[in-house]
Amino acid sequence: MPAVLPDGDPAPADGLLPASCAHEAAGRSMSFYVHIPFCSVRCGYCDFNTYTATELGSGATQASYAATVSREIDFARQVLDSSGIPDRRIDTVFFGGGTPTLLPAADLARVLGRIKTNFGLVPGAEVTTEANPDSVSSESLAELAAAGFTRVSFGMQSAVPHVLKVLDRTHNPERVPQAVAWAREAGLEVSVDLIYGTPGESLADWRTSVEAALGYNPDHISAYALIIEDGTKLAAQIRRGQVPDIDDDDHAEKYQLADELFAAAGFSWYEVSNWSRGPRHACRHNLAYWQGGDWWGAGPGAHSHVGGLRWWNVKHPAAYQQRIDAGISPSAGREFPDAQAVQLERTMLLTRLNTGMQVSELEPAGRKAVAGLIADQLVEPGQALAGTIVLTQRGRLLADLVVRELLDF
Amino acid sequence: MARTAPVPAATEPSLIRNFCIIAHIDHGKSTLADRMLQLTGVVAARDMKAQYLDRMDIERERGITIKSQAVRMPWEVDGVSYALNMIDTPGHVDFTYEVSRSLAACEGAILLVDAAQGIEAQTLANLYLAIESDLNIIPVLNKIDLPNAQPEKYAEELAGLIGCEPEEVLKVSGKTGEGVEALLDEVIRQLPAPTGQADAPARAMIFDSVYDTYRGVVTYVRVVDGNLRPRERVQMMSTGSTHELLEIGVSSPNPVPTKGLGVGEVGYLITGVKDVRQSKVGDTVTNSVKPATESLGGYEEPKPMVFSGLYPLDGTDYPALRDALDKLQLNDAALIYEPETSVALGFGFRVGFLGLLHLEITRQRLESEFNLDLISTAPNVVYEVMGEDKQMITVTNPSEFPDGKILEVHEPMVAATILAPSEFIGAVMELCQNRRGTLRGMDYLSEDRVEMRYHLPLAEIVFDFFDHLKSRTRGYASLDWKADGEQVADLVKVDILLQGDQVDAFSAITHRDKAYSYGTMMTGKLRELIPRQQFEVPIQAAIGSRIIARENIRAIRKDVLAKCYGGDISRKRKLLEKQKEGKKRMKMVGRVEVPQEAFIAALSTEEPKKK
Repeated sequence: MPAVLPDGDPAPADGLLPASCAHEAAGRSMSFYVHIPFCSVRCGYCDFNTYTATELGSGATQASYAATVSREIDFARQVLDSSGIPDRRIDTVFFGGGTPTLLPAADLARVLGRIKTNFGLVPGAEVTTEANPDSVSSESLAELAAAGFTRVSFGMQSAVPHVLKVLDRTHNPERVPQAVAWAREAGLEVSVDLIYGTPGESLADWRTSVEAALGYNPDHISAYALIIEDGTKLAAQIRRGQVPDIDDDDHAEKYQLADELFAAAGFSWYEVSNWSRGPRHACRHNLAYWQGGDWWGAGPGAHSHVGGLRWWNVKHPAAYQQRIDAGISPSAGREFPDAQAVQLERTMLLTRLNTGMQVSELEPAGRKAVAGLIADQLVEPGQALAGTIVLTQRGRLLADLVVRELLDF
Repeated sequence: MARTAPVPAATEPSLIRNFCIIAHIDHGKSTLADRMLQLTGVVAARDMKAQYLDRMDIERERGITIKSQAVRMPWEVDGVSYALNMIDTPGHVDFTYEVSRSLAACEGAILLVDAAQGIEAQTLANLYLAIESDLNIIPVLNKIDLPNAQPEKYAEELAGLIGCEPEEVLKVSGKTGEGVEALLDEVIRQLPAPTGQADAPARAMIFDSVYDTYRGVVTYVRVVDGNLRPRERVQMMSTGSTHELLEIGVSSPNPVPTKGLGVGEVGYLITGVKDVRQSKVGDTVTNSVKPATESLGGYEEPKPMVFSGLYPLDGTDYPALRDALDKLQLNDAALIYEPETSVALGFGFRVGFLGLLHLEITRQRLESEFNLDLISTAPNVVYEVMGEDKQMITVTNPSEFPDGKILEVHEPMVAATILAPSEFIGAVMELCQNRRGTLRGMDYLSEDRVEMRYHLPLAEIVFDFFDHLKSRTRGYASLDWKADGEQVADLVKVDILLQGDQVDAFSAITHRDKAYSYGTMMTGKLRELIPRQQFEVPIQAAIGSRIIARENIRAIRKDVLAKCYGGDISRKRKLLEKQKEGKKRMKMVGRVEVPQEAFIAALSTEEPKKK
């Protein structure tokens, strides 16, 4: 979750949703995102809303956090009811960060329990937590599984020490297979995250990382091109010339390599940066984001989307805690995208998926652009002829360009 | 100051002196003129606006005079009151014809030279014009109050040029007023009175024509024979058109209506016409009832030498640009234009100018007075081209250059005069040789200043010649040129192609030996300026079908945000919305998206910035 909040309208202190949201929400799935804003160290590339103990200052502590965020879950129940939003059981839950596993497993279990008691989970609900390979143990993973977690996503990033060093990642790469094995023993689905295109990473380094990840035999892999965010340590190092800049061509080449290695190992892409061993192992929580599902995001800086309304919480854990303590909504701002903006969002999100976007959903000018996209080998011709826009590998690398064409600008 | 000023329409020619001031930009002509207005009492000191005669803002901004004016001033010498007509002349080389008409309205000229800088090439050129027009010359050094003035040195230079004694060179300071009264006395003593036949049919020469929003065209004339009276009908001898004289008068310096103008007098006419092209500089005005049989001669149609495409940055400004050009043309008989369409730049105009300064001034006026943002294409000259069919065609735009085999191309030539300190002779010669120039002669004006005369293709000096000349001579060189026939040359059209599509705005006609360097320069510039596209874009320079230079813009391979989760959606949408705005400033060349900034940068002479 990026640290910079969008501009929007002010949010009301009671957090109530506009009347039209109730109608919009009916028929959509409901999810929960819980943000854990703590890390033991801040990585050089990271601009997420997370704090080390020293960065945190006073007013909010890791020890009290589970209790605080639980109170937002109670608040959510109350606000959704008062806004007339239909009662829905929770389809997916995702604990992200930060490093959720910096909190004791019992804390995470308690927060999940609060969601269960307030809303209930659908049968077979997906409950994921992100985890640092260094901050889990056989016991903690078993405890999470026992509490109802079904899935763990490890921040592996790379298997190459000099790459991890540039990223400031402190874990020992040899620790990852151990963590994956423990998760398996606990009966959890396993995903690993990789980052490619780090300054100094060769194509061979990247191949090493991809092959290592495949060797751990996960169910799901996310691979992200490194983004240099303003204000990060890495951005400053690049600006000062201490570290070489990233390069889009290098990124493209590494994407292609990964896509091919993943495919050869039996993984298929289902989103631009996500691959799984078949559709059953895709991350349902993330699919909800892309397919227009509803979710409540709890925790500082978390974003929510319910019934067409988007809002986001105040960023700093101390400010967040003050709001919760005072019994007022923690949201800092919100927006209600109009029809045009919704169309833009749907287009940019759905085209990222292997299930694609229906041609019939496009405006006439966008439909006209499809032939050109086929000619430029950006979309799959067979599926386009059958009425669905699905990106080719080249199209995935140029997805933003495709979106601009489909929206006729 | 004169006690009793002679009355217009009733002044004996023997009491009239008509003169102009020949000077280089910033040698102090306007300051001297202001001082004269003050000393003769036509402008009170408290009303003095610095440089009263330069009316246009741009002129004041740039410190130069574009359009001339005429002022009548009384002055008394030895107890006799005279009428002095000071005719201001344009100071720039682009307006040589206007200068020649102003000179033709005078019997004498003050040659005004900065005592710290010496004579400049343009002044020298105008001095030649004045001597050719049989004008009496009064040499004057100005700014003698400056600490770095070298009056002795430059008095000798002037004396050498016009054939007088150094002691005869007057020394003044327009700023302090020193020597200006004596100069006015000398104007009366040294310059001849006008002569003409008072009883002959009226003949008056138009030496300036200015459009005024309230009064229509104000025409400045010098009466040679006969007289002009209010309410009578006059005839323009070049066109035969007749107009009623609604008002006739003199400037002092504000317009004062009079009972007419007689032999030798200078003043203005108002006929109600709305367009300066109906009252053309150089034309002869006569009485339509009793017309003269012969015009005064010397009239020429203005001839544009340099053409450039002017396009509004915002396509919706096209009608505004047309209106603005229409308005400027009311006051600028030399400005010609016709609509033109460019694949790359959209709708605009092909505009003809007298020279580069004329272009620059016009463009600046369009931008500052009419609030237009413009792109102008690289200026080019007019070529006569003979294709295989032996037909000569006139090419004012590279796009008109015929395809196929070319038998002959004629290009306009100029006679250029360059004055420079002698230490820069080598540098100037090298530059002129690079520009296909031929040395025609060289003279030392003084021990350390030299005059070099070159025959050069106009095309070689219209773009950046003067900048190069200045930089090679540390700013000391001055340049003057005039049209001087044409020559046959080995010229070709170089086209620039983006992914095989020709971009008309970048085509250029160059000498064959320079085609390659133009091609590599332009393709290189564009490679830096055009963003990468989803396909590879070859940029080629070609003569006909032969490719002479090539660059490649590699295809973009990645244009996607790696992560787009719940918290990224709003931000990402806003990013796309912003790109949508940016897209409006893109122009399509075939399938290639070219940002407007790339066109502007590629057409400018500056080095491109890294994209």
